[in-house]
Amino acid sequence: MSEHPATWLLSGVRPLGGAACDLLLRAGSIAEVGPAGSLGAAGAEVLDGDGLVALPGLVDLHTHLREPGREDAETVETGTAAAAVGGYVAVHAMANTDPVADTAGVVEQVWRLGREAGHVDVRPVGAVTAGLEGERLAELGAMADSAAGVRVFSDDGRCVSDAVLMRRALEYVKAFDGVIAQHAQEPRLTEDAQMNEGELSGRLGLRGWPAVAEEAVIARDALLAGHVGSRLHVCHVSTAGSVDILRWAKSKGWRVTAEVTPHHLLLSDELVSTYDPVYKVNPPLRTRDDVDALRVALADGTVDAVATDHAPHPVEDKECEWAAAAFGMVGLETALSVVQDAMVDSGLLDWAGVADRMSVRPARIGRVAGHGRALAVGEPAHVTLVDPAARRAVDPATLASRSRNTPYAGMSLPGRVVATFLRGRPTQLDGKLTS
Amino acid sequence: MKRHLLSAADLSRDDALLVLDTAEELARVSDRAVKKLPTLRGRTVVNLFFEDSTRTRISFEAAAKRLSADVINFSAKGSSLSKGESLKDTALTLEAMGADAVVVRHSASGAPHRLATSGWIGGSVVNAGDGTHEHPTQALLDAFTMRRHLGPLTDRRVIIVGDVLHSRVARSNVLLLHTLGAEVTLVAPPTLLPVGVETWPCAAAYDLDSVLPKADAVMMLRVQRERMGAAYFPSVREYSRRYGLHAGRLGVLPEHALILHPGPMNRGLEITAEAADGARSVIVEQVANGVSVRMAVLYLLLGGSEPG
Amino acid sequence: MSAEPSSREMRGQPRPGERAVARTVLDAPDIARALTRIAHEIVERSRGASDVVLLGIPTRGVPLARRLAERITAVEGTPVPVGALDITMYRDDLRLRPARALAHTDIPPGGVDGRTVVLVDDVLFSGRSIRAALSALEEVGRPRAVRLAVLVDRGHRQLPIRPDHVGKNLPTSLREQVQVLVEEVDGRDLVLIAGGEEP
Repeated sequence: MSEHPATWLLSGVRPLGGAACDLLLRAGSIAEVGPAGSLGAAGAEVLDGDGLVALPGLVDLHTHLREPGREDAETVETGTAAAAVGGYVAVHAMANTDPVADTAGVVEQVWRLGREAGHVDVRPVGAVTAGLEGERLAELGAMADSAAGVRVFSDDGRCVSDAVLMRRALEYVKAFDGVIAQHAQEPRLTEDAQMNEGELSGRLGLRGWPAVAEEAVIARDALLAGHVGSRLHVCHVSTAGSVDILRWAKSKGWRVTAEVTPHHLLLSDELVSTYDPVYKVNPPLRTRDDVDALRVALADGTVDAVATDHAPHPVEDKECEWAAAAFGMVGLETALSVVQDAMVDSGLLDWAGVADRMSVRPARIGRVAGHGRALAVGEPAHVTLVDPAARRAVDPATLASRSRNTPYAGMSLPGRVVATFLRGRPTQLDGKLTS
Repeated sequence: MKRHLLSAADLSRDDALLVLDTAEELARVSDRAVKKLPTLRGRTVVNLFFEDSTRTRISFEAAAKRLSADVINFSAKGSSLSKGESLKDTALTLEAMGADAVVVRHSASGAPHRLATSGWIGGSVVNAGDGTHEHPTQALLDAFTMRRHLGPLTDRRVIIVGDVLHSRVARSNVLLLHTLGAEVTLVAPPTLLPVGVETWPCAAAYDLDSVLPKADAVMMLRVQRERMGAAYFPSVREYSRRYGLHAGRLGVLPEHALILHPGPMNRGLEITAEAADGARSVIVEQVANGVSVRMAVLYLLLGGSEPG
Repeated sequence: MSAEPSSREMRGQPRPGERAVARTVLDAPDIARALTRIAHEIVERSRGASDVVLLGIPTRGVPLARRLAERITAVEGTPVPVGALDITMYRDDLRLRPARALAHTDIPPGGVDGRTVVLVDDVLFSGRSIRAALSALEEVGRPRAVRLAVLVDRGHRQLPIRPDHVGKNLPTSLREQVQVLVEEVDGRDLVLIAGGEEP
């Protein structure tokens, strides 16, 4: 795969934004850690890391790689390349492909494609229900036992709205320490919904998507998880009310975790008044108050993780009228910059916090062995280097993803991912893929 | 005037009055033997209708032809939502044909906005009704009709009754009438008022009978058949009783008050024949005035140099 | 800006960079005398004014037409129909500037068919306004004859159009601005010339 040497000296980097030090990566592990300038470079390629923050390699709980089925939007190769460019070393590939990832065969295929691409570790997510139809459970155990070793199950894109089915799924995955990642969207309350329901949806004449449609499902699922003692993970939390419910559920000691997307940390529903479908996403962009509540919740840990919900779409699915457009935004290559902007530069979270929310906790929720570890001697050498002082204007044309549907086009964002190391080898350097 | 007419909110008070005054002059042209003006000779107006509306299309077509514009009718019904790119493809086709103005009717809210801002076409875009968003020329013809009978609309009380939630006519009327200084009250069952209506520049009420006695004009909105099974109200009979304009309510309505309806009417549902055909009804005038108002809009958008 | 003197509204405005020193060409009594003379010419030319309809071209042609009508009525003893003919929609320079508001067209109840229409304007310059007025008139009806009365003819015709009745012939340079003020619109009667060379 990589032609770069297996030994790297990262000189003068600041782990988690702390004091500068040297990291020596050898044979896939962090071999030595010492004060800046203390480690010798014999036989190692040296990366001058002056001013760079070193983070444990990022882990995404929520990525749509689109393969199999929608290779016009993204493939495992292009999607994982985008992930590497964005600083990720592992991604969870969502199950809503065609065919749906609801059998051991499909999840193993995705897992194998990920291994062949080699940019990141691909962790397939298995569907909760067969065909995402919400009627009967998929073969969860077979997927767990497969080579892909699935631990996260989700019908993402659709909600497991049947309470009995949701209860059974939560119970069943306890057998192999799995987690149900729920796309919380009450279907009847969101029929043909187009944007956050509020003053703006009324004015723009777009069918409203009420916050309660998300919150009611989260409340029900939290109660179910508490009742059966199972692990529940809530995908892409988007409202202040959801945060309140999560805070309450956690106070009960229930095993509930949640993620927030970068776009819900930065963007709000006023953007919809342009009617530009690049801002059309599920769940929809919410109000500024919701954004603020989500930031606070991520900072205090009520929301555990940032997950991209990277959702590539071909240009024809976005260059059309709002109602006809597809939901979703690409996010892998901008996630860290958006989090720096929304959380770090605003003073809500330090780099240690970013490492926790973008690597440590996602790896723990997904049970991703070897990821989300400390930058310490003997640990696997998954390292992301970011230059927090850099700024860049987002240019969709330069994205490694096959799709261009970024809501940040033309926007100036802080931070730049300078290098990503997977098992001690760079997958990208200066935004350029190494393989 | 702005380059496009997408929303009634695009019109300042001066713009709105200019349209209405211009329409007033143009209405006189419609009264003479030769109804044609040479003003837009050599310019091309495309009626791009993604949704059936013979009335509105004919009205725009007559307006453009009376101004001597070349008119191309482009009916793209059914082809838009099934295949998303067709809006763009259609726009590029129109651009290649040299359309100076595109009058667009679409079932998707914001589609005219999209055409105007996407850079796909260079001409002016006129919103002829988009989804449940706006229908600014309907609001202009309603204001024109009311002004002819009531004089300046400042401080006049206008009541708009019915399915406000799904009504582009109501949205545009609220914005335009507010700009013109009128006091608008929306009346509907709570299920048919949009979330956030309290932030609109108008009042809202649930009880029609309490607001009718002070009205200078009452505009009845059409109740779409597809709302009937969707629990917005229990039954047609109950809706008619609580929100229909019928004989009993005509007695409460002031003598000078006007009755409007954007059409097509559900006679016997939101309005009885007695109300629709009575002396206070200006529903037929609304249709005739539509041509004058649309002539004014096309003239003001296309008659001069390109707006800066 | 082109030298083409075709836009009525700009006629009274000094162009940027030009001196705005204005010189009186006609004062109120001069204007009154000129209108009285034109009124008499119209009556003479029409052998009485029984079939005459006066149509002023907005803006300032309209009050001038009314004043002519009053004078003719005083002479002839019977009222002369008077109205207004807006030419905006018939102009050939519409595309040069943003769309303009329309002025009122007011055709007297008897119409113009078979009558002698006298178009009344304040200043005759390129002739393009009168060309537009003839087009506008064509759609209103079919007069027996059309004549033209203007308060000032400043020359520089671009079309084969000539006035039948002129208050004052005023030789000008193209750089000069001729401005007609009338009591009904501007609060006073005055004809000014500005720009160009000082005399």
